[in-house]
Amino acid sequence: MSATRVQLLSPRTLPLLSSGRVALFLQGGGGPHRGGVGPRFRSLTSPPLSCSSSSPGRALSSLSTTRRGLPKEKMSENGMMSRAKVLTIDTMNPTVKKVEYAVRGPIVQRAVELERELSEGMKKPFAEVIKANIGDAHAMGQQPITFFRQVLALCSYPELLSDSTFPEDAKSRACRILNSCGGNSMGAYSASQGIESVRQDVARYIERRDGGVPCDPDNIYLTTGASDGIVTMLKLLVCGEGAMRAGVMISIPQYPLYSAALAELSAVQINYYLNEEKCWSLDISELQRALDEARLYCNPRALCIINPGNPTGQVQSRECIEDVIRFAAKERLFLMADEVYQDNVYAEGCQFHSFKKVLFEMGPEYSETVELASFHSTSKCYMGECGFRGGYMEIINMDDDVKAQLTKLLSVRLCPPVPGQALMDLVVNPPQPGEPSYEHFIKERTTTLSALAEKAKLTEQVLNTVEGIRCNPVQGAMYSFPCITIPERAIQEAKELGQQPDMFYCMKMLEETGICLVPGSGFGQKEGTYHFRMTILPPTDKLKILLNNVKAFHQSFTQQYS
Amino acid sequence: MLKMAYSVRANIPLRCKWAGTTRCFLTSERLPTALQRTNFQRSSCSDCIGLRLVSNKGRKITDMSVLQEISSNVRNMKQLENSVLARRTTQIKEELRQGVRKSYKEVIDVSWGDPHKAGVKPLSFVRQVLAACLYPQLMDGDKLMVDVRQRAQRLLRACTGGSVGSYSATAGIPEIVQRVSEFIMRRDGGVPSHPENIYICPGSQWALTNILTVLVNPEASPRIGVLTPVPCHSTTVLSLTALGAVVVPYYLREESGWALEVEELQRALDSAKGVCNPLALYVINPGNPAGYVQSRKSVQEVIRFAAEKRLFLLADEVYQECVYREKTEFVSYKRALAEMGLPLSDRVELASFHTASKSLMGECGLRGGYVELVNLDPAVMKHVNSLFSTNACAPVLGQIALDVMMNPPQPGDPSYHLYMKETQHIRTSVAENVKRVDEVINSLPGFSCQLVEGGAFAFPRLFLPPKATKRAEEAGMQPDTFYCLRLLEEAGVLLSPGTDYGQKEGTYHIR
Repeated sequence: MSATRVQLLSPRTLPLLSSGRVALFLQGGGGPHRGGVGPRFRSLTSPPLSCSSSSPGRALSSLSTTRRGLPKEKMSENGMMSRAKVLTIDTMNPTVKKVEYAVRGPIVQRAVELERELSEGMKKPFAEVIKANIGDAHAMGQQPITFFRQVLALCSYPELLSDSTFPEDAKSRACRILNSCGGNSMGAYSASQGIESVRQDVARYIERRDGGVPCDPDNIYLTTGASDGIVTMLKLLVCGEGAMRAGVMISIPQYPLYSAALAELSAVQINYYLNEEKCWSLDISELQRALDEARLYCNPRALCIINPGNPTGQVQSRECIEDVIRFAAKERLFLMADEVYQDNVYAEGCQFHSFKKVLFEMGPEYSETVELASFHSTSKCYMGECGFRGGYMEIINMDDDVKAQLTKLLSVRLCPPVPGQALMDLVVNPPQPGEPSYEHFIKERTTTLSALAEKAKLTEQVLNTVEGIRCNPVQGAMYSFPCITIPERAIQEAKELGQQPDMFYCMKMLEETGICLVPGSGFGQKEGTYHFRMTILPPTDKLKILLNNVKAFHQSFTQQYS
Repeated sequence: MLKMAYSVRANIPLRCKWAGTTRCFLTSERLPTALQRTNFQRSSCSDCIGLRLVSNKGRKITDMSVLQEISSNVRNMKQLENSVLARRTTQIKEELRQGVRKSYKEVIDVSWGDPHKAGVKPLSFVRQVLAACLYPQLMDGDKLMVDVRQRAQRLLRACTGGSVGSYSATAGIPEIVQRVSEFIMRRDGGVPSHPENIYICPGSQWALTNILTVLVNPEASPRIGVLTPVPCHSTTVLSLTALGAVVVPYYLREESGWALEVEELQRALDSAKGVCNPLALYVINPGNPAGYVQSRKSVQEVIRFAAEKRLFLLADEVYQECVYREKTEFVSYKRALAEMGLPLSDRVELASFHTASKSLMGECGLRGGYVELVNLDPAVMKHVNSLFSTNACAPVLGQIALDVMMNPPQPGDPSYHLYMKETQHIRTSVAENVKRVDEVINSLPGFSCQLVEGGAFAFPRLFLPPKATKRAEEAGMQPDTFYCLRLLEEAGVLLSPGTDYGQKEGTYHIR
């Protein structure tokens, strides 16, 4: 109804719109985005001229004023109208300007546009856009685990507890969760650290996972997805000025959440390169090199590890983890272990080892001293429930005083979403043998994980048949990150467009095939090498088509530019 | 600085691989006292001429936390008095469970704005839609009303892959964002609202923190100031501190029903001179913890003030549906701004916040809120978008709660009758409670309470006898915390002390 009203009224605002507003920008330099010189016209007064325009920042219409005959505000004597905004590109927090998040970057925005164009009937060389850019299993058709959803439905609407079609174990699980919620409702705030019983279950899960290494529920913090935990920890440890500014070591390639958070916090990003030739393995000598160089200009405080790797899909060996722990102890670095893909291990001979477990098996010299935060989430593994924003972190050997500070920092978030906490609880405490839902649960989980393993292999195989694409085995996680050869002429053309060559490549692929990938430059890569990240999540038959399309595209692209 | 201590001797700059620094000038006198008591031993690092610390037992002191030094902004965040009370509450609850005799059977917690915790039942329609979205098999057959099924089906179609378990777009599920914008237009009498200016977030406070992150350059000199009401709920003040902003307090006038007066804003702004650079004005309407509702005129005055003083307006309007007095009306800042016309209406920058946590929904645990941004520079909007995108997306169930909140069942829908019954029940009991609070609290000696016009809280003033103040002082507590603790011990009622919200010096309140 309101939309019609706006349309009816819009002609009235047109004169207002066209009169524009001159901003003189008395303050600030005026960057190039302002068109350099002189006045800038703003069209914020009114509803958009063209309704399909999607330019952000449009603003209020004054139409209701004129319609209502309210007195117009007199312009103040000192000519307020000629002033710029309070919040401009020059006055805004400069660190936010550096925040980039490739996984949701320009290529994804273009993919959304293409989807809209397709739905509007525009002709494209493809029938649908396939978003292989993001690790979102359900978006690719993976089915949720029935038991999890049953319990959550019961928690949402407890009247269903009298419904005989729900299995008893789902009901008892739901009751248990509701009993630990304020007012027996998932709609109540929880403690900001998370529901106590959930934290206890998480602690028991970790103990089981780590072969009995003890875990204290007080060290568990439930979070809004793992990323919330990671960003919170970084916020806590970034401090210092100038050459004493905190530095944080991250792998290259990395998951862009890290670079974005570090940019926002204006922390120093210290890159260490994974060895692509050795299946993206981590060399201690490379860590040492990166650290020694960084110490000349910042104060390295933390070392981030993603295992299994994102975007690179490697699974760290036990020896390698031990080496990293020894390194962190020697160099007194806070360890941050991103272990959200801990159930996604596919390759023969590979096994997930948690940093916590290895740390404790190395004896008290390490287990009592090395500070570690480990992150997990409901978004990946076999459940893939990204939309719930559930996750936890476990914090080990942290100073009590610092813990108190962490609690304060978390309180600003009030609490993590309660359904996400409930789901986390189910993930760490799934149906047990003998319970009615057990068999079906195991079947669903196995089906999903073995399909992923098959797709990991398939992806590696097909991509490696393409000349100019070289792909390491996808040992774990959900992505392949192949190295691609881009012809010199294409690189030249990209440069002329001011684009990274792999962005140019991925954009072309999107326009021609509808496949949305993320260019390697969004994750970081050795200079002169180019990659893309592709998820292995589409259903097998679709993945086959997708891989063949990638292959065909690469061949024609190479031909076109050589 | 601490980490240097491990390797250093008096004033010799070191290059130590073991301690990892090239810039050490630390003497043992400057070591933290905890370390001064320990022995020193030669460093094992080959190129290091420094000292390695070992404890008396000969074990390496690496159990000193790497994180001894943390962000000063985080350290500066105030420790809430409420945490003392919360700890004690947990203990008392445990004591009650173990059968310790008290003059009460349970602790009544009225310190939080959490309807469900306080016993308000969730709305059936909301929860049925959620259940159906979570477990679509429920839609087979006719267990659920047809409008519930339709709503759930529509929402699932809007989710990628037809699952609430997939990520949504950064700003939220486009269809829901669209619905939020339609709600705002209806609310504001047709003032246009553009979906691309709306971001759904895990709660309104999250959205506020993001907008503040864009506004507050922590390195700025002078620092960035934000005008903030006193009293003000504690979360925002904590956020501001954590981001390195200066909180510039302006006092609401209690005697006039916690009125927001422009003269006071001016005074606050003047007080910031030489201290910080005030860039934004934060208003809470309806108030929290003080239950005032701003009149249209008052909103207009504030807007004019913000325009003149070039302040970015942050309007916390999460209690917009909680307005209780007959003659009081909620007027959104957006609407007032639009109605004031040019030049203000296309110039004053505004961020307005709302949530599914309050009012009839009360779904705090789902974490669904949004911000609408008005008149922002498009160049800035681009970065706002990048910042929000790093959060991935708001929890999808929270987004669904917002959808239902914006579009409750309509007359004629099968669920309408029950929905009306439930909401009417909530309305009536809240109205009764508001009345009772006015009557009872004001009838008590030592209390005076301004009319609660809106919001979820009463914030009565407490007149404490000097003896009580003295006892509190002896106990090392704020007088109102002391009062709350006694109330908790003796009556099992948990309130939160005015200290956490800020109050005029020498006055005491409770929320």
